[in-house]
Amino acid sequence: MYPEYLSGQVKLVEKTRPKRVDLALSGKPVYPPMNAEEREDVLSKYHPDYAPGAKRAVRVGPNRGQELTTEVATILEAHSMIRPKLTSTLLTEPDYETDLLIIGGGGAGCWAAITAARKGMKSLIATKLRMGDAYTMMSEGGMQAAVSRTDSPTRHYLDAMGGGHFDNDPALVRVLTEDAPEVVRELENLGVMWDKMPDGSMQVLHGGGTSRKRMVSCRDYIGAIIMRTLMDEVRNHPDMISVREFEPAVELLLDEHGKCAGAILYSLDTEQFLTVKAKATIIATGGFGRLHIRGFATTNHYGATGDGLVIAYRAGAKLKYMDSVQYHPTGAVFPEQIAGFLITEKIRGAGGQPLNKHGELFVFPREPRDVESAAIIRECSPDRNNGIDTWVGRTGVWLDSPIIEEIYGEGYIRKQFPGMCRQFDRFGIDIVKEPMLIYPSLHYQNGGVAINERCETSIPGLYVAGEASGGVHGRNRLMGNSVLDYNVFGRRAGQYATEYAQTVTLGRLSLEHVAAHEREMEYAGIDTDLISPLILPSYTPQDVKNHQLARLGNVPALHSMLRSRFAPGERRTRP
Amino acid sequence: MQREVEKTEHLGKLEQLRANMVNVYINGKRHIVPEHATIMRAIEYAGHQIIRGAGCREGFCGACGTIYRLPGDYKLHTGLACTTLVKEGMALTQIPSVPMEKAVYDLEKLTPDVNAILQVYPVTFRCVACGTCNKACPQNLPVMDYIQSAMRGDIAAVADMSFDCVACGLCALRCPAEIIQHEVGILSKRLTGRYLRKESKELDDRLEEIHSGKYNSEYVKLMGLDKVALSELYYGRDVEP
Repeated sequence: MYPEYLSGQVKLVEKTRPKRVDLALSGKPVYPPMNAEEREDVLSKYHPDYAPGAKRAVRVGPNRGQELTTEVATILEAHSMIRPKLTSTLLTEPDYETDLLIIGGGGAGCWAAITAARKGMKSLIATKLRMGDAYTMMSEGGMQAAVSRTDSPTRHYLDAMGGGHFDNDPALVRVLTEDAPEVVRELENLGVMWDKMPDGSMQVLHGGGTSRKRMVSCRDYIGAIIMRTLMDEVRNHPDMISVREFEPAVELLLDEHGKCAGAILYSLDTEQFLTVKAKATIIATGGFGRLHIRGFATTNHYGATGDGLVIAYRAGAKLKYMDSVQYHPTGAVFPEQIAGFLITEKIRGAGGQPLNKHGELFVFPREPRDVESAAIIRECSPDRNNGIDTWVGRTGVWLDSPIIEEIYGEGYIRKQFPGMCRQFDRFGIDIVKEPMLIYPSLHYQNGGVAINERCETSIPGLYVAGEASGGVHGRNRLMGNSVLDYNVFGRRAGQYATEYAQTVTLGRLSLEHVAAHEREMEYAGIDTDLISPLILPSYTPQDVKNHQLARLGNVPALHSMLRSRFAPGERRTRP
Repeated sequence: MQREVEKTEHLGKLEQLRANMVNVYINGKRHIVPEHATIMRAIEYAGHQIIRGAGCREGFCGACGTIYRLPGDYKLHTGLACTTLVKEGMALTQIPSVPMEKAVYDLEKLTPDVNAILQVYPVTFRCVACGTCNKACPQNLPVMDYIQSAMRGDIAAVADMSFDCVACGLCALRCPAEIIQHEVGILSKRLTGRYLRKESKELDDRLEEIHSGKYNSEYVKLMGLDKVALSELYYGRDVEP
């Protein structure tokens, strides 16, 4: 039940529902989809990427002079935790030696380790939190794979390119879409329980921007199911894969010839720096949602602070499309305790509709995410003033879920969306009977470290897979293509890094690139006390933080988790 | 003008929200936190930087298992810190990790029946059906029922009932028979996905098409198009209802 001040507005949604049900059942589009000009118009006026101050030129590194998302430029223009001159023993006496170092224990990292193990290659997974504490765990709605007879991998290709505004790297999109059906089978062989039709064929639904029903799913827990399956499999090979938890990487190591040769880890338990010497290194660290770009609440995991970008960039890897951010159209707005949480796009895939305060549709429910988000922001903006306000100062629009049962029949929502039901049941809202209040939430790092279809970067021996990479999705990812991304490219990274590690010989280890970064910062006149990677966001109230810093003589300690001054907070997201 | 009035009213509400504070005892120490805070938010509001005990922060990963007691209530409650609200007088502590041994096994050498449970997690059969696990589960899953199903070898039922498990391990910590329920659930889901599925003929055919190179020429054609031509194709494509 909504509080009284909102329940009156819910009635308007109920009032317009019968008419909307009729239209939905007619098979005609429930609202006219936008053409290219309309998309461009709403994006340029309302998408947060286009807001003043959203981007700025970065002053150091391989992308110097290019406009990047402001918060990204800020963490790239920060100091290292490592002082190369003081840490030479780290280089002569590595703490671990391995063939393959995998940084990140999410979906891509686990796939890389499993693939390498199958090829006889030993690996070490170093991860910031626990293995599986990753954004992978949180995906809800589904994964795109062209498995139905009416569909084809090339249709999937066209949809993905259009969704990304044709900026995607064609070679990457080809392997993404062409490997997809095999990923479905491979996951099934590892024991993933797909939603199926009675005849055994995959259940498929629409997602934003799909021209065929292509979303395969595991109820609304696809990420949890895939992640736990992959983790379990990793742990079934203790002889091949070792795992170091609570040991995030804080710098890459190069050898004297510029090849990647491992990383320096930082133990969150003991505050030790640990050196890993590795023949090949894979960055699978995920994205940057916890930077709370433009003050937005995020759907992201606690550890999503863009660490992989920072360490790869300092080592000389080029970034791609780091000027674009994905806001998921449907983040929760009410109740406050779950503000920003992801409401799966599968809701709209199954017929759910975004509605304004009059209970009316204002956008086709399955536009690509950036377009859908911009349209919702427009509806809530003073230009239209059609949002619904909550008492704590948030604004949103309705997402009509009860309409789904009118389309698919009684019981469908509880069967297909157990996670969403649970999320709202906790606060006494029954999404079978009542709509949800939603607003766009910071969701995904569209760009990342530039890779090719072998996951290679511009640094020999450095591979990147998953959200940390850039190019696959252009400037806007479609629903279900990131689950696919880490599966496809995690496997590929494991395969190609293994092939490389079998032949490479390393020279002397070096941290010269870190020293060079410090020199470049000085030359550019950058005066900052920020240290990156950030490792974890800080949600400590400012007054407590001030006292912590006072205790440290107002100098942020390099080695302490209390050092983080990057405290973006979760500012209100009123348009 | 109308907006201004609303705004004043809204600020008033905010103040009201700020004023409602409650006492909670984090690891035995009293802190004053907003009453609408989740346990996780309360810990951070108190100034802690959580390292162990936060993960997805949305109820999927099971990193933030927490135990607590309430005043005048003898019960030891369990919950996820990210989705449980604080209450006046709550005394809480987070569980940083759940000690347990995950069995190492080869999925290809198991059968989806009671033998798999016997081989991999024999401790399961110590279940005394006391129901403590059910009470401990923050997802309100019928944990005891799926453990009973596991003992009967009904692997598909275990998979179905444990589907929404977040593997926080609170059931395993409370279990007087020392079973690791969540791992039994994961094993059963994998067995179900691997062995009890109905095969998809469509998927077989699609894989065959891809391996035979059926889409190569179309890919080459599409990849050769410039943005304008691709855009025309994209906006002109038909969309399945």
